[in-house]
Amino acid sequence: MPGKPKLHYANGRGKMESIRWLLAAAGVEFEEQFIETKEDLEKLRSDGLLLFQQVPMVEIDGMKMVQTRAILSYLAAKYNLYGKDLKERALIDMYVEGTTDLMGIIMYLPFQPPEAKEKNLALITDKATTRYFPVYEKVLKDHGQDYLVGNHFTWADVHLLEAILMAEECKSDILSKFPLLQAFKGRISNIPTIKKFLQPGSQRKPPPDEKYIAQVKQTFNV
Amino acid sequence: MSGKVKLHYFNGRGRMETIRWLLAGAGVEFEEYFFETREELIKLQQSGVLLFQQVPLVEIDGMKMVQTRAILNYIAAKHNLYGKDLKERVLIDMYVEATMDLNDLIMRHPMQPPEGREKNLALIVDKATNRYFPAYEKVLKDHGQDYLVGNQFSRADVQVLETILMMEEMKPDILAKFPLLQGFKARISNIPTIKKFLQPGSQRKSKIEEKMVPQVMKIFYG
Repeated sequence: MPGKPKLHYANGRGKMESIRWLLAAAGVEFEEQFIETKEDLEKLRSDGLLLFQQVPMVEIDGMKMVQTRAILSYLAAKYNLYGKDLKERALIDMYVEGTTDLMGIIMYLPFQPPEAKEKNLALITDKATTRYFPVYEKVLKDHGQDYLVGNHFTWADVHLLEAILMAEECKSDILSKFPLLQAFKGRISNIPTIKKFLQPGSQRKPPPDEKYIAQVKQTFNV
Repeated sequence: MSGKVKLHYFNGRGRMETIRWLLAGAGVEFEEYFFETREELIKLQQSGVLLFQQVPLVEIDGMKMVQTRAILNYIAAKHNLYGKDLKERVLIDMYVEATMDLNDLIMRHPMQPPEGREKNLALIVDKATNRYFPAYEKVLKDHGQDYLVGNQFSRADVQVLETILMMEEMKPDILAKFPLLQGFKARISNIPTIKKFLQPGSQRKSKIEEKMVPQVMKIFYG
């Protein structure tokens, strides 16, 4: 019996944020149940709702889906954001894995010891500007199209925008050497579903603050 | 112009091993190019064939594919090892993502400093026996079929077998409490393409010798 997808996670970005982005981009409304204490997590586990005792978990289409990439791939395919054939899918997968790696480093930054923060920030900036962004800039340059893959809007575009915005939170001028990515950012941000998600009051989560970090450490033993 | 599939990696398991397993399971022949020094890896990076300056790299169907999961997804879909529909695909994805989490722990284990080795081994064994293997045992129990998903051979079966065998190398009786996984292991090992891959002389790589670890680290990290 179809209802809205229901997301189970902490009340913050983490690994669930990319899923929120993709649902929002696809124009799919969703509910959220936040895990705020150890007990909340334990209950999900003891109720047998988490296949590998982990979150994210998304209740959708009669399934209790876990594993971030499994969920994202399912949503992308279901909402026609995964390209038109195997070759487009391969490109999307390669690009998304790149942005996943970059966002992964950024995600862990607040959980690093304070003395390592400056060094890690430099690492993020270095990786973003020498390994990842040049690739996407070149992709856009080579085909001259508005979207990364197949001349149409896909998951790869959503994921890259998310990564760009996260990187800009680390260093506001991080796109200074990437004019095509700047234009890309403007374009994708203006897609109606994305624009809505970027407005205050949406289900998009803010960067982690001290309180959130403490809560996550407590609840998840991070 | 299609030729043989070509793998670029060092002469060991690492992240390429799961790709070797899947190609072998699909009955696809492949050639391998090994780099043995840091200089050779740097040369590969400078040649521009590595999208994100990283390996694995697999040349297949005119593409230079990088990112392990992108490569695995492509091979699985191309060779009909990815289920018959979206629902089967998401089950497969959930199961293989978990094997990749466990594989990552196994892969990083030899890199632990000696004093942390025993504790790390205990952690991996705990995850395998309390988190991952019970899930797969239950899947097999609930449907009573020979294969994990959709009553047919898929990449999920290949990847779970790979992980089982690597765990057995760490603790030979790891399947003691999982009779259905024992049956599964025997069954999947007997599939002709898998059986062939398990024989001496195949392209399956051995577990890394401890004394080789510093050398391999040097290739990747300098």
